[in-house]
Amino acid sequence: MTDRDRVVETARSVVAEHPPATTPQRAFLGACFDAGLAWVHFPEGFGGLGVAPGLQAVADGILQGAGGPNPFWLNPMGYGMAGPTVMAHASRELAAQLLRPDYVCDEIWCQLFSEPGAGSDLAGLATRAVRDGDTWVVTGQKVWTSNAHKARRALLLARTDPDQPKHRGLTYFVLDMTDPGVEVRPLRQMTGEAEFNEVYLREARIPDAHRLGEVGQGWHVAMTTLMNERTAIGGGSSVRGSGSIGTALRLWRERPDLRTPALRERLVHLFARADAARLTGDRQRAEAGERIGPEGSIGKLVGAELNQDVHEWCMDALGVEATLYSGYEPRPDGSPPPVEGEDRQRMFLRSRANTIEGGTSEVLRTILGERLLGLPGDLRADTGRPWSEVPRG
Amino acid sequence: MVEFEFTPEQRDLRAVAREFCTERFAGPEVRRLVETPDGFDREVWRRLGRDVGLLGLALPEELGGAGAGLVDLALVAEEFGRAVAPAPLVGTVALAATALRLAGDDGTAEELLPAIAEGEAVVALAATDDRGAWAPAQPTVRATRTDSGWRLTGEQAHVLDGAAADAVLVLATTETGTGLFAVDGAADGLTREPLSVLDLTRRLARLRYADVPARAVGEPGQAATAVAGARDVAAVVLAAEAVGGAQRLLDMSVEYARTRLQFGRAIGSFQAVKHRCADMLVDVEHARSVAYHAAWAQDAGTDDPRVAADLATTVTAEAYLRVAKNTVQVHGGIGFTWEHPTHLYYKRAVGDAALLGGRAAAAERLAAAVLDGPALGGVA
Ligand SMILES: Cc1cc2nc3c(=O)[nH]c(=O)nc-3n(C[C@H](O)[C@H](O)[C@H](O)COP(=O)(O)OP(=O)(O)OC[C@H]3O[C@@H](n4cnc5c(N)ncnc54)[C@H](O)[C@@H]3O)c2cc1C
Repeated sequence: MTDRDRVVETARSVVAEHPPATTPQRAFLGACFDAGLAWVHFPEGFGGLGVAPGLQAVADGILQGAGGPNPFWLNPMGYGMAGPTVMAHASRELAAQLLRPDYVCDEIWCQLFSEPGAGSDLAGLATRAVRDGDTWVVTGQKVWTSNAHKARRALLLARTDPDQPKHRGLTYFVLDMTDPGVEVRPLRQMTGEAEFNEVYLREARIPDAHRLGEVGQGWHVAMTTLMNERTAIGGGSSVRGSGSIGTALRLWRERPDLRTPALRERLVHLFARADAARLTGDRQRAEAGERIGPEGSIGKLVGAELNQDVHEWCMDALGVEATLYSGYEPRPDGSPPPVEGEDRQRMFLRSRANTIEGGTSEVLRTILGERLLGLPGDLRADTGRPWSEVPRG
Repeated sequence: MVEFEFTPEQRDLRAVAREFCTERFAGPEVRRLVETPDGFDREVWRRLGRDVGLLGLALPEELGGAGAGLVDLALVAEEFGRAVAPAPLVGTVALAATALRLAGDDGTAEELLPAIAEGEAVVALAATDDRGAWAPAQPTVRATRTDSGWRLTGEQAHVLDGAAADAVLVLATTETGTGLFAVDGAADGLTREPLSVLDLTRRLARLRYADVPARAVGEPGQAATAVAGARDVAAVVLAAEAVGGAQRLLDMSVEYARTRLQFGRAIGSFQAVKHRCADMLVDVEHARSVAYHAAWAQDAGTDDPRVAADLATTVTAEAYLRVAKNTVQVHGGIGFTWEHPTHLYYKRAVGDAALLGGRAAAAERLAAAVLDGPALGGVA
């Protein structure tokens, strides 16, 4: 039996024994995890089957095709980033403790990376972690932290040695968001609601057992997270017409009154680009070895710009209806007011963030140029200098 | 057959094709060939067919082919494209051979296809009208039945490899509809005027028929299907050639950006150049995905083959053009010179975008399939 057959057979039997329509979500996800379909490339017993990562799409096709939930939507940082980072860098005991609650969404995760002074230049971050026996004491400020208000756990990157050049003085931790030293303050965004937050850390304490990787190796661990983030955001679906292009196609179908030849012409080219991106994701998955490399950034870069263009098309198609908005006042939990059908104006505004979050498009083009094409690095002012001597602002 | 997973044999095939192209279609040789009257080397073409076996790949075994699929042919085409090889691959192997295979005429197929596979016969598919428009509903060549057989009268323009072809398959109007007819390249009454072309690596000709003896190929009703099927195959071959060409341009640009120094630094360290190269990479990757997807769609039914072919044309044509333009820009003045190879690729991209009805028509068909009709499989 090939690995592919094994994945297919396992997924089919999970769906047969736990029909998504009648099984509570948590139980269904638990069954997937126990069967090794959570992250198929993880070892058995850790939510995987030890097969090639490209086969995840095969499992997802069956599980989600049968109506199962998409774990990335439920717990994006947990599924897309924390899982792979924990598996690659945590001790077996810690991984065993964290992965199942992550996958079944008992524990939502967030990513405490960006700071007011460190965005694109993530390695320049200033949050300090100081060792105190068997624990670390963390102080600093994080910003733009999506889902921090819902999160039980966080991926945290902090500085443990300010006198090293910036990449070498970082260490990576798993933080318990219920620690009394953690304060989360919502940040409102241009769409009106608050998906992200400021997070203040005041002597928050982390047991050393919750450190991922060696002290000073945080950047290396963070790379695992970032590659997975970009692949998760940009990986896309292998179903034609899903994602943002689907929003535009639905609008075209449902509203014949809006159609014009110029819109049709633009839409077909958007469709072609979306389908090329989808097929490129399929091809990368088919070619993927054990490791997700910088090529994952291609999908993130294209997906972000495509989303923006697609939503711009939708606004143009909506005509004067595009001047209306479903409301800027968020509900108490920070989520947007409910609407009937698709909230296209909100999606349009939201898409502005796509070329910023998860690495700006400028940074991604630099990564493609340097890491995939081997072009020389930018001129920079911080190479080799201790972090503490680099200008910031 | 899982989409995008090449077999070891296919990897070998790619290596063989690359080696052949590197050896036979190196830069100076391409420049020499484009100065020759035919625009390609018949002896090299024969070796490709007879010795290397690349021309009959996608033909059935009983007709002298290898019985492989379009994925294999696409791999070869990609290597041809990388070299901008001047050779009748699109005209003979993709267009004419496919039309012959689909025309429903065993006799003619048995006669011509093995000769195509061997590299002995160069055959053109003349499926344009007198102004060069592809697959006209009313062909501008008329076929009349006489006591001594069929005779053709009329004119066609922009026939790919039309001047060099040993035989021409002609789309003509008959009393009972459109039909395909085979004409000997040296037939009485046939005049062939090579056109002065923008892309020197692809030859086009105007063909004039003055009472030219011809042989009917298949039933008249089959002609449109055969020509449409030929276009679908040729679209994949063109797309795969574009992938190879665009990849070669990207490689050249990156190499230049790494080694050309200005302001004391490699120009590739400037983001304006670096980011342009990154965009080229995205174009090449997208082009590769849609081109091979279209090949798999025909071989293994992973998608509607016509939708996949039109998608491939739409995406690869734009990608190739953009990559070629960016290559000129990254190279500065040298990229605008006759000596530098970039212009051969750029002109190839410009010419390809207009072949077989052109990329605008492909986008139009794609729009009709995706937007006008009932929802496509998978499309919301
Ligand atoms: C909706 C949203 C959700 C987010 N969620 C999270 C989260 O959950 N966790 C988290 O840690 N972070 C999160 N972020 C933060 C995100 O990663 C950063 O915003 C991003 O990395 C950019 O950093 P910055 O905002 O400081 O902008 P800057 O880095 O200050 O960039 C400003 C501009 O300068 C450009 N620029 C900067 N450096 C270069 C360079 N070297 N070359 C060329 N151009 C350059 C940028 O491309 C950009 O256009 C989120 C952001 C958004 C918008």
